[in-house]
Amino acid sequence: MTFFQVNGVEFSYKSTKVLDDISFSIEKDEVTSILGPNGVGKTTLMKCINKILMPHMGSVLIEGSDIHQMSRRDIAKNIGYVSQRGEMSRMTVFDSVLLGRKPHFEWEVTDRDIRLAGRVIHLMGLDDLALKYVTEISGGEYQLVQIARVLVQQPKVILLDEPTNSLDLPNQHMIMHLIRNIAIRNHIAAIMTIHDLNLAIRHSDKFIMMREGTIYATGDHSIITPENIRAVYNIDAFVEKVKGIPVVIPI
Amino acid sequence: MIRTKNGDISSNHDKWEGFDIYDDGDGEATHNSGLYRGYVRKKGLMISLALVVLFVCIILAAHNGPLNISSLDIIRYILTFDNDGMGGVIWNIRMVRIIGAILAGAGLAVAGVVMQCILRNPLASPYTLGISSAAAFGASFAIIFLNAGSSITSIVSISNPYVTTISAFLFSLLATGAILLLTKVTRVSSETMVLAGVAISAMFAAGLSFMQYLATDSQLGNIIMWTFGDLGKATWSWNTLIMAVLLSVTLYFYYKRWDYNAMEAGEETAKGLGVHTERERITGMVLASVLSAVIVSFFGIIAFIGLLGPHIARMIIGSDHRHLIPLSIILGAIILIVADGVGQVILYPSVIPVGIITSMLGGPLFIYLLIRRYGK
Repeated sequence: MTFFQVNGVEFSYKSTKVLDDISFSIEKDEVTSILGPNGVGKTTLMKCINKILMPHMGSVLIEGSDIHQMSRRDIAKNIGYVSQRGEMSRMTVFDSVLLGRKPHFEWEVTDRDIRLAGRVIHLMGLDDLALKYVTEISGGEYQLVQIARVLVQQPKVILLDEPTNSLDLPNQHMIMHLIRNIAIRNHIAAIMTIHDLNLAIRHSDKFIMMREGTIYATGDHSIITPENIRAVYNIDAFVEKVKGIPVVIPI
Repeated sequence: MIRTKNGDISSNHDKWEGFDIYDDGDGEATHNSGLYRGYVRKKGLMISLALVVLFVCIILAAHNGPLNISSLDIIRYILTFDNDGMGGVIWNIRMVRIIGAILAGAGLAVAGVVMQCILRNPLASPYTLGISSAAAFGASFAIIFLNAGSSITSIVSISNPYVTTISAFLFSLLATGAILLLTKVTRVSSETMVLAGVAISAMFAAGLSFMQYLATDSQLGNIIMWTFGDLGKATWSWNTLIMAVLLSVTLYFYYKRWDYNAMEAGEETAKGLGVHTERERITGMVLASVLSAVIVSFFGIIAFIGLLGPHIARMIIGSDHRHLIPLSIILGAIILIVADGVGQVILYPSVIPVGIITSMLGGPLFIYLLIRRYGK
């Protein structure tokens, strides 16, 4: 059985079709990057996968069950979402991470929930910030908090919308490395949208290239070619191998 | 670079080889979790402290009145529910008003907290969203067209308070209904709700002016008297009704505290955590509106409590609704008791309606809070 499958998803805002017949599948232990220019429908696709937006057609199956038949809470147990625009309020870092346990508890957080949050905060090196309000930390640090939150949510699929935005170079690589490790160690899948092609190539197993609301190409590194980049982004680029890793150099 | 305790980022990668998200690893987590538990206890302590302050305010407020009763006697009467003799003065005259203040303050504050959260707008409150002006419109409507306030003598009196209250309540609900309808035909987002509220509020305010223009002198007097929120109207039967609504609505809000916390992190994040944001927004709005409508239609307009209570509470305890809801309730009650006490004292023996005091003190206090919180 395919671990995670998207079949013929379509979505329109009013009369404009944003997503047209999107189908792909993903296996466990994989990190997939969705690539494409601004406005191509990457974020909309992420939201349709998670039923934040209801697709007009198509289905999303996780281990064979259709998420559109699930309650919101059951979806949250299966799929975690890190939004591009998280809002900050006067909540502590610890509380913000603990919030990830929301789908799992009924009335109040349990002792185990608090331990899980405490551990993830420690492993992500956020100990010193734990009791600070998120309004008092930097944008990059808040991004780490949001990722910590989705980890304590323990989903089978993690969706990340531009996870490396507002992060500096070392932290971009740290987060990408972390996500890949989490996916492999816990046998889950991660799907992200990302603009930095080289960062994507360095840390992903699979690529989905989108053009005008449809999938243009899917596959591993081998689909990152000058021709495909030209077709999707409308720019010319070299793709050279440096120490065995493909590197995209726009001309 | 973001601080990672263990130094260099690149040498840090190995530790995630074993990052099992299902492991609650007792050892590693104890330190952080311990600190957090202490922090939560501290917040609980702050809420208890606020309760003590509330109790002190109740005792002080119970001194207000022409009869001198000693503090010790007051405490004794209050704690023993003794309403014979002097106890009767305390319970039937003073406490009925104080309990009215507690209920109205608590109710308006909790309605404000929830409105600000679900509408993602710090200015959302029963007052700013038009519930008060709709109630004022409803009361005026009853006074002018339903003869609820037709006084034959020149003495200003509302001859039929029930009709006035019921009319005020129905119009408040109408305003809420209109806001929800407007939101439904557009889209259930926080911005549309706030904008619809502001528009509805302006329309009712215009309607109120029009009716004041049509009114006779004595009707005009009635309308104006009604719009000053006055706790002197408090009776046990109304207090009981407000209490019943307050308790059930607050229980629901408290039950949803984690949903509101999730909504504080943004619409999409909340949905991703399994929260039905649209449904919570509509339910929260309806319940907060009904609660404030019950209070406002009976007491009249009491401005700013729905803003002041929640905002002071947020400054003290943060936006975690587990603590924010109880603290706002207590602070709302304290503020209204104090404001009413001030109104009874400053022009003694005349009593100034509490609505005037909250408007006069609320504005400057709110500006002060703004500067403290957002100023450079």
